[in-house]
Amino acid sequence: MRWKVAAVRRTEPFAPASVADGNVPGVRIVVCVKHVPDIQSDRSLGATCRTVRDGGDGTLNELDENALEAALSLVEAAGEGEVVVLTVGPDDAVDAVRKGLQMGADEAVHVVDDAIAGSDAIGTARVLAAAIRHLGGADLVVTGMAGLDGLTSVVPSALAALLDVPALPLAAELVLDGSTVRVTRHLDRVTEVLEADLPALVSVTDQANEPRYPNFKGIMAARKKPVTTLALADLGLDADQVGEAGARTEVLEAAPRPVREDRVLVHDTGDAGVRLAAYLVENQLV
Amino acid sequence: MSDTLVLLDHATDGSLRAPVRELVTIARDLPGAVRGVWVADGAEPSPATIAELGVLGVTHVHRLVADGDLHVAAALAAGLATLLAETGAHLVLAVSTFENKEAAGHLAVASGAAVVTDVDSVVWSDERLVAGKTVFAGTWTTSTAVRTPLAVITVKPNSVPVTDAPEPVTPQVGDHAVALDAGVGRVRLVERTEQPASDRPDLTSAHVVVVGGRGTEGDFSSVEELADVLGGAVGATRVATDEGWIGHEAQIGQTGVTISPRLYIGAGVSGAVHHRGGMQASGTIVAVNSDPDAPIFEIADFGVVGDLRTVLPQAAAELRRLKG
Ligand SMILES: Cc1cc2nc3c(=O)[nH]c(=O)nc-3n(C[C@H](O)[C@H](O)[C@@H](O)COP(=O)(O)OP(=O)(O)OC[C@H]3O[C@@H](n4cnc5c(N)ncnc54)[C@H](O)[C@@H]3O)c2cc1C
Ligand SMILES: Cc1cc2nc3c(=O)[nH]c(=O)nc-3n(C[C@H](O)[C@H](O)[C@H](O)COP(=O)(O)OP(=O)(O)OC[C@H]3O[C@@H](n4cnc5c(N)ncnc54)[C@H](O)[C@@H]3O)c2cc1C
Repeated sequence: MRWKVAAVRRTEPFAPASVADGNVPGVRIVVCVKHVPDIQSDRSLGATCRTVRDGGDGTLNELDENALEAALSLVEAAGEGEVVVLTVGPDDAVDAVRKGLQMGADEAVHVVDDAIAGSDAIGTARVLAAAIRHLGGADLVVTGMAGLDGLTSVVPSALAALLDVPALPLAAELVLDGSTVRVTRHLDRVTEVLEADLPALVSVTDQANEPRYPNFKGIMAARKKPVTTLALADLGLDADQVGEAGARTEVLEAAPRPVREDRVLVHDTGDAGVRLAAYLVENQLV
Repeated sequence: MSDTLVLLDHATDGSLRAPVRELVTIARDLPGAVRGVWVADGAEPSPATIAELGVLGVTHVHRLVADGDLHVAAALAAGLATLLAETGAHLVLAVSTFENKEAAGHLAVASGAAVVTDVDSVVWSDERLVAGKTVFAGTWTTSTAVRTPLAVITVKPNSVPVTDAPEPVTPQVGDHAVALDAGVGRVRLVERTEQPASDRPDLTSAHVVVVGGRGTEGDFSSVEELADVLGGAVGATRVATDEGWIGHEAQIGQTGVTISPRLYIGAGVSGAVHHRGGMQASGTIVAVNSDPDAPIFEIADFGVVGDLRTVLPQAAAELRRLKG
């Protein structure tokens, strides 16, 4: 069953940050979460080269728990504000936003539509952008650093570009100071501090925090919280802009990699180091 | 088909990042010329670097100059979009780093380009670009075609052997001023600190990486010793970086660095799936672990059930002896 979003709180997309104008209590944060195959399970690509997502092994992308934790603690620290958890995905994906509600998010939104299947990273970002606009915008959009299946890490910057807000990806530390958001990020050989005024988008790494576990109270409270389901038509998106039809890439082939053959296992009886060295020399690895 | 733009990632001293040479090698086999893009961030290409690019077959070096900081991904994307338009190039190749993938997201929105990340090959086949990549922690291989006229593709280090062009060329160096709009300026780069270069090779492009995990109990000396004998880089599991035994930049895995060296040696590493995601595409995998049931042995070409504290120093000593 699908129904329309009940009430749109703010009509102005990305109205000046509420923190600054004080009209609405606190920040409104939208957290994007992805439902992914459990990485401990045997993941596979099906006949259409799409990720098999119906094995019942789906879960909230672990890295998005860090995004939720970041949003929840910002609101807790401010003493006011609201956290909306948003996912785009098939029916099962609702479990991801439910988990977000259990952790403490106030509201959940699930965009589901058969036409979305087969979206590439940019298609996904388009749907997320349209959904956030539809919800009346946000002061801050928080995402994880990567989806543990697709692992492109492209959605955050593409989403920020589509929403026309500054992007501050890969926050290992995140500070909200009035209406300014500041992140510290550790890249290969470089540490950067980036800053922007709200509204903005941040992605957080797994270094940013230690995500909470939903407690009994949270799980009970989540049952009463609203989950809004939206389809493409609700977002004013055409089917050919997203999904396989709108995708800029097309997966032609997918095959499991052959398992490594000729594997050797030696138990050390005193000369394993020498044997290791010999193996490296024999295989021209030195 | 038109030309390819190769993003010339470089160090603060102006030396090329090693994987850039692979990008040029890949681009040369595509139709059209290979044009380099040099982000003018204070470091300049030396005459030797320009000459090297010529030997690799780079016909132009486009210096991107802006009045804003091109280390901000949106700014870099704006620069690349300008160059795509000015040169008529249809493809941007960049090394797969978080920064470049970030810029790819912006560029895709600005230009309509398709994005393919973390690939290990790019070919021109049936009038379109086709990229190969391994996914799901190295357990599947896929090939992906680009459906749009423009594409930005990021390539993993150690994907192809570097070769020179059949005929060296003399690259033309020219400047391109990038006008950054107000939107780009909304991200303020308050601080940027580059870590001093280490004597060891760079982790992402090293041909040999020796990785220490919890089993080292914080003593990385035997890991470093073996890495040095092999001329390799030192990596770590998240446990080791979280414990503060080594810097966070050494973390290999799904939330750290992805590596595919010719030789990976894991010592005291259990082989958790999060870690495997960052190393399973390595050429040869060697594991030293005291637990015969450690999952890393499932993917190791050569496994040693033993104590790293004796096995590693013995291997290092033997390698030194063999080298003479
Ligand atoms: C193995 C594999 C390889 C792929 N390679 C490519 C490729 O090279 N190019 C390409 O364009 N597409 C690719 N795709 C498709 C792409 O991954 C998906 O379309 C996609 O939804 C983006 O997922 P991601 O995991 O890459 O996102 P990332 O950019 O890694 O995700 C970062 C964050 O964005 C948010 N997010 C991502 N997806 C959603 C969602 N559905 N709902 C809510 N929030 C979300 C989350 O907060 C997440 O932590 C690939 C998919 C698979 C399975
Ligand atoms: C969201 C998320 C993201 C993550 N991302 C990453 C990531 O990017 N990279 C990463 O590495 N991890 C990551 N992890 C952590 C990962 O799940 C594992 O916990 C971690 O990789 C284990 O590190 P380890 O192998 O050093 O330690 P352990 O799993 O504790 O293994 C230590 C091994 O050392 C062996 N050992 C002990 N003593 C000796 C000895 N004297 N000689 C030889 N062997 C010995 C033991 O038998 C054991 O197998 C992530 C986790 C999460 C939840």
